[in-house]
Amino acid sequence: MKIVKHEISSIDGKGIMLGHKAYTDDFAERNSLIIKVLRSPHAFARIKKINVEEARKLPGVELVLTHHDVPRKPFTRAGQGYPEPSPHDKFVLDEYVRYVGDEVAAVAAIDEKTAQKALELIEVEYKVLEPVLDFEKALNHQSIIHPEEDIHEMFPIGFKPEINQAASYHMEVKDAEAVLKTCDVVVEETFYTQAQAHAMMEPHTVNARLDVQDRLVLYASTQTPFHVRRIISQALDVPISRIRVIKPRVGGGFGGKQGLHGEMLVSLVTLRTRKPSKLVYSRKEVFESSYTRHPMRINVKIGSTKEGKLQAIDCHILSDTGAYGEHALTVFMVAGSKVLPMYNKVDAVRFHGEVVYTNKTSAGAYRGYGAIQGNFAVESTIDILAHKLKIDPIELRQMNMIAENETSPIFEIMGEGTEGTAMNMDTCKLDYCVERGKTLIGWNEKYPRVDVGNDKIRSVGMAIAMQGSGIPYIDMGAATLKLNDDGFYNLTIGATDIGQGSDTILAQIAAEVLMTTVDKIVVYSSDTDLTPFDTGAYASSTTYISGNAVYKAGLKMLEALNLAASKALKVTAESIEFDGVTFTSPDSKNPITLSQLSNRLYYNEDQEQLTTTGSYFGTKSPPPFMAGFIEIEIDSETAEIEILNYVSVVDCGTPINPKLAQGQVEGGIIQGLGMAHFEDVKYSKKGQLISNDWLTYKIPTSLDIKKLTTEFAESYEKSGPYGAKSVGEIGIDTPPAALANAVYNALGVRITELPITPEKIFNKLHQKS
Amino acid sequence: MIVNFILNRQPKRYDVDFDETLLETLRKDDVTSVKKGCDASSCGTCTVLIDGKPILACSELTVRVAGKNVITVEGIREEVEKISHYFGLEGADQCGFCNPAMALTIYSLKQSLKNPSSDDIKKYLVGNLCRCSGYQAQFKAIKRYLGDPL
Repeated sequence: MKIVKHEISSIDGKGIMLGHKAYTDDFAERNSLIIKVLRSPHAFARIKKINVEEARKLPGVELVLTHHDVPRKPFTRAGQGYPEPSPHDKFVLDEYVRYVGDEVAAVAAIDEKTAQKALELIEVEYKVLEPVLDFEKALNHQSIIHPEEDIHEMFPIGFKPEINQAASYHMEVKDAEAVLKTCDVVVEETFYTQAQAHAMMEPHTVNARLDVQDRLVLYASTQTPFHVRRIISQALDVPISRIRVIKPRVGGGFGGKQGLHGEMLVSLVTLRTRKPSKLVYSRKEVFESSYTRHPMRINVKIGSTKEGKLQAIDCHILSDTGAYGEHALTVFMVAGSKVLPMYNKVDAVRFHGEVVYTNKTSAGAYRGYGAIQGNFAVESTIDILAHKLKIDPIELRQMNMIAENETSPIFEIMGEGTEGTAMNMDTCKLDYCVERGKTLIGWNEKYPRVDVGNDKIRSVGMAIAMQGSGIPYIDMGAATLKLNDDGFYNLTIGATDIGQGSDTILAQIAAEVLMTTVDKIVVYSSDTDLTPFDTGAYASSTTYISGNAVYKAGLKMLEALNLAASKALKVTAESIEFDGVTFTSPDSKNPITLSQLSNRLYYNEDQEQLTTTGSYFGTKSPPPFMAGFIEIEIDSETAEIEILNYVSVVDCGTPINPKLAQGQVEGGIIQGLGMAHFEDVKYSKKGQLISNDWLTYKIPTSLDIKKLTTEFAESYEKSGPYGAKSVGEIGIDTPPAALANAVYNALGVRITELPITPEKIFNKLHQKS
Repeated sequence: MIVNFILNRQPKRYDVDFDETLLETLRKDDVTSVKKGCDASSCGTCTVLIDGKPILACSELTVRVAGKNVITVEGIREEVEKISHYFGLEGADQCGFCNPAMALTIYSLKQSLKNPSSDDIKKYLVGNLCRCSGYQAQFKAIKRYLGDPL
């Protein structure tokens, strides 16, 4: 491979750093109406009366929207394929407000100041209702968060709004309860994970205008432009053919931009006023009024023989979806489906639970969704079991973890929102990842702890993880290659580059197939008018799904080129040999170059536009695997933690671009460490999210990590493009459990609630003594 | 009110409100390299150099910049291309929203510290948040840039 598996600089890094127009707000029309949203001060209330007369009269105000002025059609903002596995429980604006920060009304005015002033002129009379703020008390609470009758599920997901249940799920392989009773050893623990914030650097941003055909054209900072187009069309009753969504560069998404945020309001304002408009979330709105990760309570029981052979895993989860049910079921299921198959040799498994509504900021998709929560619980419990059995936690994993050519019944039972797909692990280098990581971290020398004096203890901890590569039979991607004169290509793809570098790696795949260089592949992506379809950037799908589409388009282009060359050389297509530059045939003395052939095709003879399209959907979802190892130094007096090193050894098949793949892993690791160690969404007693800026919600800075050590296992997944699996999410999964395990190894206390702060460790230490 | 200052070596004249920030003024003038990432002077994406020092444009009133020298990445193109070159080699580019600001801070670091240690570099960059990269690839790129003669 000449281009793939090579470290090629990202194709747009320079232009971005030079400040060229790139992001959504850079493309807003200069005279855009500014949209601002009046947001609820109450966690739960009904709007009894809303008076916008004064706001409407204010000079410079073009439009004021309340729930009286918008179409009433339930939808979900989740940004998934259709039909969605999320309940249709959201309206553009509603008479009920369900969390502090929920939309009450919207104003469009000629500038920021006028819009702000208009918001202040809106008078609202609320009937304040008792909010549901504790997710453990949400089921059957006397307050029903969604009492409206016109909301519904698209297919059975356990949607029971009358008891505040957004979804529920139950699966069982044999009788886990019965098997647990026969085990030599059973360990049980309950874990809590928090509502992590995405905290991408670019706020949610969208702007709109009407084009010369009077069509609605949106620039949106989104991970799912095609879903955005469909959902706007459905919720606002606008023909889908009248909408164009363009995704320019996106300043980070991490799942937060899979869903829709300002798209509905911006579309309505521009359709009603016929003027361009824009909405840029303030950072406070990003924190309070977009999404968080689903907080969960996870109860795990694991039973084994006294020799350490796992026999049963029983897992019950209560998940908090907040005010709306985006991804309620799917995140919940992934907490099982991307964790439990790692221990595929058990006799019995049960995985079940409920997803409840609360009057808090809605939870949505977030990198590694479900998996990171489930991983923290299961991988912590595996260590608890190892300590009880007095077996090294690595050995216990090695005895029980999934290996190449094996399978798990869970793959067939559990998908995302639906049934799953049976599959074998054609590539699984987890054994190598564990062994290599063990060496890189120096496990044998450092496990469990080394006292380095001055009350400082160094310890190590580890966890293993798996993800997927897209959702089988659901996620699809398509790519079109166009040959141009002089022999360079356009690659248009629906795939959505949100900073992970997919434009670059998809260009690499195209260049590899066409035996050319990346500079000959001009990429344009994510424009619903101009590029082929793609479900979007989520579920670790782009490298595998969209990458396969590019590969197929490339093969078709080679065929088309050979045919055109055979006409030019007057030989059979089968006799043509092409090296990326020149076509030769043993039956012809005169070779023809790609440049000559292209010019012939467009200017001289047998004129024809060569364009090929490949599309792909997965029939399986080959999991990337990794082993993560942490080394910490902890102060035994204050419990302050310094993270000295994080070793990641990853099997993602072929890394199409090793440096960019490393960036995906390391970016995931540091987000996972943020969640593991200090990131904490906090609410006031009245339900207001109070960690709503970067002073109160700390994300990792350049000072927080000493060292990241990242390596890839040699691995080739035959079903992937050039052997690739996906790599976008796997990095985030292991840090919470690895850190919890390292803290236990250092001080003998088990922290079961994220984040693992010095305060919690200190309190537990003193509780213990 | 009218404010005059030097932007990227060109004299500029702006008619601004008294409470307008430099960030607003620059973005209205299509200086798209300067980004708005937060409202609390804490993310660093709006960094510009004022008389050579990295300053957050979101917390600087435009009227206070009168007569000063303001530099954005557009004004130090050659240096930014070098920084970008090393970012590319190290795979440090991800979403890029923080990158122009990061480039200005890195350029300023090179101007103001001689032979900085790794800790010096990390401390200098602590005000430039990045949610994508894990910072490590950026440090490698910065070290290579610092070794590149000015």
